[in-house]
Amino acid sequence: MTSERSGDVPDDEQLDTLPVAGEKHRARWVETLHLLVRNPMAVASSLVLLALIVVGLFGGSLAPYGFNEQFVGDQLESPSGSHWFGTDDFGRDVFSRVLLGAEVSLRVGAVAVGISLVAGVLIGLFAGYYGRWIDDALMRFMDMLFAFPALLMAIAVLAILGRGETNAMIAIGIVYTPIFARVTRASVLTVREEVFIRASRSSGAGDARVIFRHVLPNAAPPIIVQTTISLAFAILSEAALSFIGLGTQPPDPSWGRMLSEGRGFIEQAWWMALFPGLAIFVTVLAFNVLGDALRDVLDPRQRSALSGKGAAR
Amino acid sequence: MSGYVVRRLFQSVIVLIGVSILVFAIMHLVPGDPIRQALGTRGTEETYLAMRERAGLDDPLVIQYFNWIGSALTGDLGVSFRSGQPVMNLITERVPATVSLAAAAIVVALLIAIPLGTLSALKPRSPMDWFATVSSQAGLSIPDFWMGIMLILLFAGTLGWLPSGGYVGLTDDPVEWARHLIMPAVTAGVASGSIMTRFVRSSVLEALGQDYVRTARAKGMRARDVLTWHVLRNALVPLVTVGGVQLAYLLSGVVIVEIVFAWPGLGQMALIAVESRDYPLLQGAVLLFAVIFLVVNLIVDLAYAKLDPRISYEQGAAR
Repeated sequence: MTSERSGDVPDDEQLDTLPVAGEKHRARWVETLHLLVRNPMAVASSLVLLALIVVGLFGGSLAPYGFNEQFVGDQLESPSGSHWFGTDDFGRDVFSRVLLGAEVSLRVGAVAVGISLVAGVLIGLFAGYYGRWIDDALMRFMDMLFAFPALLMAIAVLAILGRGETNAMIAIGIVYTPIFARVTRASVLTVREEVFIRASRSSGAGDARVIFRHVLPNAAPPIIVQTTISLAFAILSEAALSFIGLGTQPPDPSWGRMLSEGRGFIEQAWWMALFPGLAIFVTVLAFNVLGDALRDVLDPRQRSALSGKGAAR
Repeated sequence: MSGYVVRRLFQSVIVLIGVSILVFAIMHLVPGDPIRQALGTRGTEETYLAMRERAGLDDPLVIQYFNWIGSALTGDLGVSFRSGQPVMNLITERVPATVSLAAAAIVVALLIAIPLGTLSALKPRSPMDWFATVSSQAGLSIPDFWMGIMLILLFAGTLGWLPSGGYVGLTDDPVEWARHLIMPAVTAGVASGSIMTRFVRSSVLEALGQDYVRTARAKGMRARDVLTWHVLRNALVPLVTVGGVQLAYLLSGVVIVEIVFAWPGLGQMALIAVESRDYPLLQGAVLLFAVIFLVVNLIVDLAYAKLDPRISYEQGAAR
């Protein structure tokens, strides 16, 4: 892939520091930010997510009680001044558990998407950049993974690895890898033939440098959009896996787990199921709305492409 | 066209072979001895040896794979570790429940998507459009297991109108079958309906801007007839793709809804298989789901190419 260095072509260092390219790059991000700030839905969802991250990071200090603190005699109490979201069958404060559950959901979602982002982007980059048999081999393998319905595949992976939070992260990470590989590959294919890539190659830059310094940053917008949307579905998947008992294990306060526990008391204590579910709903909605707003700004061509695989649910 | 069909079929076969290898690998990737895992503390040494022999675990891996896939092709998916019954029989028993749920859910999804998507496209940026956008976002984000529980609380608990779960066969009692089906179908159909709403909206918007619509209007055709005969007829063709993908997803992805409503379908069976470490049953279920998913996707692609002559087969093949 490397070609001989030519005296007329700027070398790679020069290309990197070209003032026009740098300004253009910055200007694009400033414009993106301006467009996002002008979209009230994007602002609202960002604020919700910011609040969730704060809760996720400092939930322990914000929660009025410990997540496993039991109030004997206060079991299944309806919402009140001392227990805003009521108590569960063990007499634990549902509000505190919902706050602390944010940490679990965000952590599992972020690590799972991190796994699929790294794996999928690498696969997509190599497939798109090198093409030919590398592309065929990698993408056919991704097709195989994509042939399994998302949740079922996560369940099958957990059947092999065993239940638990860490394995749930890995399972969800594997499930979403093909989506990142496809999105990245498609984006790389459009970037690969750009003049600046060819210039960089002909100036003698190695493949790794071209791929990571030039191709990846320019192929990034759809990947950023996909990351935001995948966070929504990873959180939903974690909740679903915990709901069926394969994800986060008791007594950790996962929203899905709490919902599953609340289901058994739905007639006596509706609050046990209502609030954790509401928390999942709001979080997923915020990521989805932000993902949509980002898509409008960064990758308008992809707007109607939300047809695949139940949007990966 | 025929070149495209052949290429697409060939691609599906390759993927299917890969899928079968992945499914076969499930039992062999489990750490330790899968039969010991499945038996736990139950079972004698004789039972263990008999099960091991029956599963053919002592043969070389390649032989095991070819035996397994050879039997699978003739409809023999092995014997369940848990019940000792043929996996195929266990699957066949549960097919009607899952198929009726998936079919009812896709009807719910279409009942949501076509009116909502069309109305919002007819008046873009109106309150109706805003409502459609917000509700489709909400429908996509709502956890189905939570919605199911809330529906049970309202319609089975508080109002007492519908049963909270379970399944009644269509031939046993059609009325009860329908009553049991409503809540699971709505729960499973909302997410698909939300995805399809967006699709219908953009499709109708596109059709509204076409020359033939302007011509029809210029001829003095009534707005309702233009919508029915020109806009919707053309706009809904691409819905075959999305609808098909959603149907494939519903057939194989309603695990959670089946659990919430104690619906004795294939998804529930897959989870039981995981919990009881019944690997042949899990392999059978996963293979079946993947095959359904692949076949429905293949049919959708071929049908779409047939329905819309503008599709370039070369492009389609390069997917």
